[in-house]
Amino acid sequence: MTELFGIPIQAFLSQILLGLVNGSFYAMLSLGLAVIFGLLNIVNFAHGTFYMLGAFGAWMLLAYAGLNYWFALVLAPLLVGAFGVLIEKTMLRWLYKLDHLYGLLLTFGLALILEGLFRQQFGVSGQPYQVPEALKGATNLGFMFLPNYRAWVVIASLVVCLLTWYVIEKTKLGAYLRAGTENPQLTQAFGVNVPRMVTLTYAFGVALAGFAGGLAAPIIQINPLMGSNIIIIVFAVVVIGGMGSILGSILTGLSLGVIEGLTKVLYPEASSTVVFLIMALVLLVRPAGLFGKEK
Amino acid sequence: MKRQLLSALVASAFALAPVAMAQPKPAAVGKFSDGIVKIGVLTDMSGLYSDLGGQGSFIAAQMAVADFGNQLGNVKIEVVSADHQNNAETGANRMREWFDRQQVDMVTDLLNSAVGIATAKVANEKKRLAINVGAGSTRITNEDCNPHTIHYAYDTYALGYGTGKAIVKTGGDTWFFLTADYAFGHSLEKDTADVVKANGGKVLGQVRHPLNAADFSSFLLQAQSSKAKIIGLANAGGDTINAIKAANEFGITKNQNLAGLLVFITDIHSLGLNTAQGMLLTDGFYWDMDDKTRAFSKRFFEKAKKMPSMVHAGVYSATMNYLKAVKAAGTDDAATVVATLKKSNVDDFFLRNGKLREDGRMIHDMYLMQVKKQADSKYPWDYYTLKATIPAAEAFQPMSASRCPMVKK
Repeated sequence: MTELFGIPIQAFLSQILLGLVNGSFYAMLSLGLAVIFGLLNIVNFAHGTFYMLGAFGAWMLLAYAGLNYWFALVLAPLLVGAFGVLIEKTMLRWLYKLDHLYGLLLTFGLALILEGLFRQQFGVSGQPYQVPEALKGATNLGFMFLPNYRAWVVIASLVVCLLTWYVIEKTKLGAYLRAGTENPQLTQAFGVNVPRMVTLTYAFGVALAGFAGGLAAPIIQINPLMGSNIIIIVFAVVVIGGMGSILGSILTGLSLGVIEGLTKVLYPEASSTVVFLIMALVLLVRPAGLFGKEK
Repeated sequence: MKRQLLSALVASAFALAPVAMAQPKPAAVGKFSDGIVKIGVLTDMSGLYSDLGGQGSFIAAQMAVADFGNQLGNVKIEVVSADHQNNAETGANRMREWFDRQQVDMVTDLLNSAVGIATAKVANEKKRLAINVGAGSTRITNEDCNPHTIHYAYDTYALGYGTGKAIVKTGGDTWFFLTADYAFGHSLEKDTADVVKANGGKVLGQVRHPLNAADFSSFLLQAQSSKAKIIGLANAGGDTINAIKAANEFGITKNQNLAGLLVFITDIHSLGLNTAQGMLLTDGFYWDMDDKTRAFSKRFFEKAKKMPSMVHAGVYSATMNYLKAVKAAGTDDAATVVATLKKSNVDDFFLRNGKLREDGRMIHDMYLMQVKKQADSKYPWDYYTLKATIPAAEAFQPMSASRCPMVKK
């Protein structure tokens, strides 16, 4: 059997694939963060909480309204997005002119409150959610059995990420967005409703997190802490990719998932640290991140 | 030192007061430090273990105090609680503060082995009592044993012994461990591996995962490629739940069996019987065992909205037996209370054939349970079938193997 670093090549391939699955979540979450930071200048610390809300949303839609996975996957992000609109309209918009720190503190506080409320209501052991019937089972890839659902996660998140990238970088709407980011006053003078665009951007960013949560629901136990468990890594991903870079966050998310996966075979004890090690190295060499531009 | 000074001051204040001189009361206040018996519940209130301990442990301690009558003669009994956030430093600091400034006499729950070991040292340093119910590491009554710490409900030896032996005997003789990378996980892995080897089994390997790992698929694939018949989960709480869930998803459970080495009933409740059915596990308590356990559990359910875990029931029992010992000893001085507890045979709804050993280990019967199939579960929380009772004398590490310096050989 061919080996790499003393590990069979099959094991390597399967770990890369699993890393891609985790990377898909990192990519979707960091993409939302990047979009929000780019336009609103807000470091959205509540992002993990919206991810958790997406998963809980899916679970609640099933438990209380009897709506299956596919409905939930559409509805949960919409609900999370609507909640985002509420937050932006009532709280965040007062902070745009202040230092980043204020936005960070507000969203961090929100995250703690929401997490606490859910913990009070549901405990931490979590709620079970079944894989939808159509995606049950696994496919034999020769080197591993890949559960069909995990393959779907990679495909769905790649499609969503690339669509987002396309809309922002290649369409007229995206051009407005980017113009609003560069110079809001001037853009407004051209007749673009910048405040509404800002609101919708925030809603879209958190809806992405909600979608990721809905996707994650069948593979992890849905619990109130799932957001804060993942968000620190996602922040590291954003820092490595470069704050505000769309393509950067997608690519970094996926590749860090893979690197983390490989660490789990080579030296499992370091698997929760490796991302931060890379972050430190990147910051030393390229303070603006791999894909970021220095201002 | 500070406490002695304080009690000396209190004593002299009483000596100077003419009224107190004239009428010394029989249940002298001076015997109870600070004139109050205060119990601290130090636990994980918000993290991954907060369902199996947490608020439920606080409720259990309050129930015990209420059942005891809230008073000891004319001395008030009080319960306080705090969140150690699964951080040994935070836990030890809070315990120090409780002992130094808040008149706490005994601290219980103390789940999480890192916290458990750190707080045992504080108890010894301050000469007050720690009754550890929630932590699993055997170090608490071995390398880190001390005269002010009691290990009450279970430990990794008891878990590994019960589950490991039963599984090897029924043919599960090759093992691979998924181990939480901290004191508890290491201890559980080692104790179980020892039992497996002693019974003729083989350990093919292990992988150490970080506490609170989000994704277990990588680790499980490594376990799968080891071709071991049994995958031992040397972890707890949310980690065990996510590992079992992922093992089902990857179809690993078709060819290999999982052994949850520390599984609480709250975990089974969360997973659902469809995912957990058939699993063997060792527990120190099951709510539906007999009338005595049901009576307590139903009262607990009223307050906590869930059935008690081994930790919850253990905290109640520990608090109650502590108060009884304080009453019998007529003082809340830790050393005297421990001596009183060591002399008595303890038997209640939780402790069956309970006996406090020289090394601080409370031994009692443990149970080998099997998770029921969905179809066999008749009512809510009807989850386990009792496969075997492991007698107290056999369930815990024998004294001959003790590494505790207090044990004379």
